[in-house]
Amino acid sequence: MSDHKTMTLTLIVWRQKNANDPGKFETYTAKGITEHHSFLEMLDCVNEDLIHSGKDPIVFDHDCREGICGMCSQVINGAPHGGQDRTTVCQLHMRKFKDGDTIYIEPWRARAFPIIKDLIVDRSALDKIVQAGGYTSCHTGGVADGNAILIPKPVADEAMDAAECVGCGACVAGCPNGAAMLFTGAKVSQLALLPQGRAEAAARVKNMSNAMTECGFGNCTNHYECQAACPKGINVKFIARMNREFIKAQF
Amino acid sequence: MILDGKCPTGPIEKTWDKHRFDLKLVNPANKRKYNVIVVGTGLAGGAAAASLGELGYNVQAFCYQDSPRRAHSIAAQGGINAAKNYPNDGDSIYRLFYDTIKGGDFRAREADVWRLAQVSNNIIDQCVAQGVPFARDYAGYLDNRSFGGAQVSRTFFARGQTGQQLLLGAYSALSRQIKAGTVKMYDRREMLDLVVVDGVARGITVRNLVTGQLESYAADAVCLCTGGYVNVFYLSTNAMGCSVTANWKAHKKGAYFANPCYTQIHPTCIPQAGDYQSKLTLMSESLRNDGRVWVPKKKEDCGKHPNEVPEDARDYYLERKYPSYGNLAPRDIASRAAKEQCDDGRGVGPGGRGVYLDFADSIKRLGEDTIRERYGNLFEMYEKITDENGYKRPMRMYPAPHYAMGGLWVDYNLMSNVPGLFVLGEANFSVHGANRLGASALMQGLADGYFVIPYTIGGYLATVKPGQVKTDNPEFKKCEEDVKAEQNKLLGINGKKTVFEFMRELGHLMWENCGMARTKESLEINLKKIPALREEFWKNVKVTGSGAELNQQLENAGRTADFLEFGELLCRDALHRNESCGGHFRVEYQDAGEAQRDDANFCYVGAWEYKGLEKEPELHKEPLKFENVHLAVRSYK
Repeated sequence: MSDHKTMTLTLIVWRQKNANDPGKFETYTAKGITEHHSFLEMLDCVNEDLIHSGKDPIVFDHDCREGICGMCSQVINGAPHGGQDRTTVCQLHMRKFKDGDTIYIEPWRARAFPIIKDLIVDRSALDKIVQAGGYTSCHTGGVADGNAILIPKPVADEAMDAAECVGCGACVAGCPNGAAMLFTGAKVSQLALLPQGRAEAAARVKNMSNAMTECGFGNCTNHYECQAACPKGINVKFIARMNREFIKAQF
Repeated sequence: MILDGKCPTGPIEKTWDKHRFDLKLVNPANKRKYNVIVVGTGLAGGAAAASLGELGYNVQAFCYQDSPRRAHSIAAQGGINAAKNYPNDGDSIYRLFYDTIKGGDFRAREADVWRLAQVSNNIIDQCVAQGVPFARDYAGYLDNRSFGGAQVSRTFFARGQTGQQLLLGAYSALSRQIKAGTVKMYDRREMLDLVVVDGVARGITVRNLVTGQLESYAADAVCLCTGGYVNVFYLSTNAMGCSVTANWKAHKKGAYFANPCYTQIHPTCIPQAGDYQSKLTLMSESLRNDGRVWVPKKKEDCGKHPNEVPEDARDYYLERKYPSYGNLAPRDIASRAAKEQCDDGRGVGPGGRGVYLDFADSIKRLGEDTIRERYGNLFEMYEKITDENGYKRPMRMYPAPHYAMGGLWVDYNLMSNVPGLFVLGEANFSVHGANRLGASALMQGLADGYFVIPYTIGGYLATVKPGQVKTDNPEFKKCEEDVKAEQNKLLGINGKKTVFEFMRELGHLMWENCGMARTKESLEINLKKIPALREEFWKNVKVTGSGAELNQQLENAGRTADFLEFGELLCRDALHRNESCGGHFRVEYQDAGEAQRDDANFCYVGAWEYKGLEKEPELHKEPLKFENVHLAVRSYK
């Protein structure tokens, strides 16, 4: 099990006590890391060493550790989630690094995501966007049979492509403007594509767009960094669809 | 004491309808006078908070994550069952009911399971209305696949992310209520105590995980939707934050813990790679629709590349042992069979703890594109973790702790023995008996949240005056002080071992001695070693930082302290149950490897009452009656 060669890495990690602390980079050494460690397991090892030596461990958000909850959020060597195609930090494995590497680790950086501590940021602005209209206003009970309205497979599939968003905020962290257009566009598109969401499509796109602005997210200037950063590969075509929905909603 | 589940009587198919009519109602104008606390925002909690808010109750919802969208229901992959019978293959509410009772090895209540099967169809309709993009066929109709323990295709799915899509549906409904002001959402809060005043649940104590402040919230009813406890094994498919803490605190305040020994070990998880590992990743049961499970017939072949082991040298042991269900044998049976092959020295991969899940035949029959369309994200996930291509070489799988069938005892109304305390979803014990069938957890969470609690909580609230207890009651202050004292104690020990080290040791004891196979001896070892480990923990754990800040070590230390108490109860329950049933396999009670129940002596729910830390808990029994499905040896042969 552990007959693999091990690696030693230098980590340069953003440490910040709280929202008011200016924060700074600290340097740590990760030892005894194998290619099978996940990135977060590598950080676990570093933290165990820090605790043993009486120091405060690095705090970071994480939960499911299988790439679906959207909790983990780190910029690694300048790329949200580390830059591996369609991969969250928790699914990034150390086989992508080599012995002796230096790795920079930072939190999401965006105006709408204030830092709470170390690598943890406050992403409640994303919840506010959904609260502004990211739903169909159906009541519990009293709905039609699931097969009452047919949905062609290509439409259902495209809605599912948009619905895969895990709400991690990497798109915002990757965007030079700190825009949440990919996040919002995905939800607007999913519900606009489906007949169940059509009834409220116009109000939804307006309300969710307003919420984006109120929360301090920037605008889209077509850099496509969001798509590159997205661990679920959400396509920028959903931003275009949101823009179309937005224009339609004006008339 | 003999417990009464207060199940309705009469013909089973009328029980829920009759009970709904018999329940008292709260008039619409009065609903807003009642406060309801919902802890946890997974499928059960999210659905309950949204539905209760919509009805007009004042809801306060809590989750430990940064957003209600992240609860671990999100990780469920394969699907959700419903008795729609869209494929015309012989399904019915009765068949789903029957399969669930049998799948649970006759250790669940008939009336609860009937209700679950009955409302399963409403769930699909509800989710479609929310905009959940379930898989559809080219004609536009909802598509189905098969899951273990059933001979019909009744599982609805959204690629390999069904749990995610259902949770996002519930989250969207919850978001709508938050916007409407009927639900107040508190995220990054962990429940650390249940406040009970004069025997009635009146509120909770939580820690604000950002500031470290302790906060008190009062209500007329408290709903725990706090999930399962299999992180007691340390390595499991649960999220890192999943714990027994909320349930355990409620247990210590009087709620009975039912059937804790019923734990599900899922047959298809990616095998452990090293000691540093923090969690195990599940690969959906749906893969067994198209994958064939095998190990080499001869030990000598185990080290070979799988593609070099010829067809006649492979043992497709599930197909051999269970020809009528084949690779879709239920989880408990498939897991034990995998262990049996590995114990026989025919396991594959590191340490010989693995079996192959092979797609070569399906790829030959259907083409790689079809397989990719069905399970693409699972193959990708497998490759990210193992660096192996599942299309080209069989995947390696090994069973891992996945789900808790046991949980807090509840009656038919989902209310625990503590009045005012309701328990929903995985956190309760009610419908899965000793083994849960695949695609039934999502069904239960949403059934409880959307279609059960909105009715049954009204029946309780109609009998109580709203707002009787507020947070100025001295019991709230006392709970905060108790929590504070425990945290100060943890922070003050300053020992030599980290929280993870203790949790790993506990997990090792639980897995080795109380995992897939249990014996009287192994359980007795744990009943000695766990209290000793607990004692060491309280002398030698090292928790850095302070209580007045974001402190993940302190969070984990509290959860570990609770697991160190709960693990003992789990083993005690497993020791008392001198039979094998479902996920509880006592080596002494078997018929050539198959679980051997003892219906004469153990056909009951075992619910434990807390009597104090170093005291023996008291066992209460709720006898199980089977009037519709006859008790029989469960066979999948």
